[in-house]
Amino acid sequence: MQTYLEKVSPPSADRRWKLVSATMRRHGYQRQALIETLHTVQQSFGYLDQVSLRFVAGSLRVPLSQAFGVATFYHFFSLKPPGDHTCVVCMGTACYIKGAPALLAEAEKSVGLRPGETTADGKVSFLTARCLGSCSLAPAVVFDGEVAGKVGPVELQSRLQRWATHAS
Amino acid sequence: MLLEDLHQIAAKEREAHQRLRYCVSVCVAAGCLSSHSDAVKESLTREVAEVGLRGYCQVRGVGCLGLCSGGPLLSVEPEGVLYQGVKPEDAEDIVRSLDEGRLTHLECSPDQPFFKRQVNVVTENSGRIDPERVEDYIAAGGYEPLVKALTEMTPQKVIDQVSRSGLRGRGGAGYPTGLKWGTVSKASGDTKYVICNADEGDPGAFMDRSVLESDPHRVLEGMVTAGFAVGASRGFIYVRAEYPLAVKRLQVAIREAKRLGLLGNQICGTTFSFDVDVRLGAGAFVCGEETALIASVEGKRGMPRPRPPYPAQSGLWERPTLINNVETFANIPSIIRKGGDWYASMGTKKSKGTKVFALTGRINHTGLIEVPMGITLREIIYEIGAGLPEGQTFKAVQTGGPSGGCIPEQFLDMPVDYESLAQVGSIMGSGGMIVMDSSSCMVDVAKFFMEFCMTESCGKCIPCRSGTAQMYDLLAKITQGTATSDDLALLEELCDLVKHTSLCGLGQTAPNPVLSTLRYFKDEYVAHIKDKRCPAGVCPCGSAKEVSA
Repeated sequence: MQTYLEKVSPPSADRRWKLVSATMRRHGYQRQALIETLHTVQQSFGYLDQVSLRFVAGSLRVPLSQAFGVATFYHFFSLKPPGDHTCVVCMGTACYIKGAPALLAEAEKSVGLRPGETTADGKVSFLTARCLGSCSLAPAVVFDGEVAGKVGPVELQSRLQRWATHAS
Repeated sequence: MLLEDLHQIAAKEREAHQRLRYCVSVCVAAGCLSSHSDAVKESLTREVAEVGLRGYCQVRGVGCLGLCSGGPLLSVEPEGVLYQGVKPEDAEDIVRSLDEGRLTHLECSPDQPFFKRQVNVVTENSGRIDPERVEDYIAAGGYEPLVKALTEMTPQKVIDQVSRSGLRGRGGAGYPTGLKWGTVSKASGDTKYVICNADEGDPGAFMDRSVLESDPHRVLEGMVTAGFAVGASRGFIYVRAEYPLAVKRLQVAIREAKRLGLLGNQICGTTFSFDVDVRLGAGAFVCGEETALIASVEGKRGMPRPRPPYPAQSGLWERPTLINNVETFANIPSIIRKGGDWYASMGTKKSKGTKVFALTGRINHTGLIEVPMGITLREIIYEIGAGLPEGQTFKAVQTGGPSGGCIPEQFLDMPVDYESLAQVGSIMGSGGMIVMDSSSCMVDVAKFFMEFCMTESCGKCIPCRSGTAQMYDLLAKITQGTATSDDLALLEELCDLVKHTSLCGLGQTAPNPVLSTLRYFKDEYVAHIKDKRCPAGVCPCGSAKEVSA
């Protein structure tokens, strides 16, 4: 019984772990807080790695396999660090019929990235989204968190090229 | 908080409003924000201060004004002028025009069918109130229905009104809401839960997002009322993490409602207590299915389980749980205020009230609309939506997302309700409505949705896990021009199998886009298979050089 109640200490002195612990504390370290806590980890660190998964699983007394299962089940969680810049192409129905597939082709042609990939130098990540809900701006693309509407292949190409060639 | 207190807040709000000479409301919902309406608001605020109108003219952010294709939109009161496509540099002209008349080049007529043909119940406050101020909501009559329910009605009476209204689940399946509430209220046990499903996963649908961003208190009020009716004291709103603005506005709304004692312990001095927590989804479409959603709220993988037992008997942590969609809850305050009979007076025999649709695709007016049930698709597309852009011909309208179907021209005069949509092989769904023209290939569209279902299948049951992958492969083969007529027969057989043997709604409805396109656009399938040709020129089978590339 004692071992179950032992508090797991954060993996490092990084202050961001305090945010993670605060989320778990707010939920009384209950197992149900797993997804909420992983959200905090991703918000603070940008992605989930083994270290953070171990820490969260240990603290919430959830088997590591379950934490890993949850982290891989949900698309929103990423197990890889994001690039310096991210480009998310919306693949919702409205964007799809208005030309999103051409944008995917352009990204592969100009910087060699398929959805989910990051350039080797870690400068640019290229992702797709299910639907951003900005259907009236179709096709929509999110460049570093900012939504751009009615994006054509030319615009996409120039943004990606700029990111890929310039120092961040 | 009593009725008098609410009236007092409302009166104070109205008084403050009347002291203003002008009120400029800028849409700061997601659609307009993406076209930088926040910058418009900022420059207007600056301009108002510069010309010394502060105190006379208020610039505020409001929820969705509906006509997203005209964004950024803003409205000027008291004249009731609507401006579209506003840029930050227009601020000077707009402020100057306040005294001198309107700016005709930006004007967007509020008398056009897009606005006139709508009936606003769920969206009645959308674009009229500041979603981050509870006082605005109260001034619009908000929380009065809740106080009325808590102080003047019994839980049974509340359920009776909801039953009388004929309201059906707006998440898509259309289960009678009153019946569901009755089942949960009769279920035994002291601990019950209320869950609001805001995991809007359909691509091409943004109704729930808009309601949450424009009028979050309305959803909260509906949930608290439901909690009172079924005897629950705790609620959860399961909202997509992809909707950060909606999450933020909900959190503000919860805090404000708690501050006024409209949420929390002993609401309105009664013995009824109710608390609401936000839970973030993490991008799994299957979590729109109620049992999967419950698993996700419990912090697990969002995988569905067989029903029965239904959540109404055994749901969250095995307690009786009421799950309704955002729009369903948002209807409740109006039903309590005006009565179930009023609500039932709108709509068709079996589908009452109004429905919110996200109108997008190849259409002139894209945006968020609310229409009475029974309106025809033609009225929606050609009157409200102002038809297709010049030179494009209508091919199909897709409703219900990946679970729905494509409806061809011959059914455009059919009334929109749950039954008639199901009859033509689609579903009401949560309200996405995407118009397609002749540049869309129906086989490609079916493939698009199948790819979606294949990726989103949770993998628990085999028909869905393997079936969607097999169907996707067949569709890919057809689009590449390498399929035979045997493949088509196999595809049809698989559709039937997956539809009837899958565990949850995701698998059961995954074949719908294929079935409906097969039903109405079989010639396109045949053209791909027999002539190795894509009539719309979308698929690679038409041009051999693209295939070899």
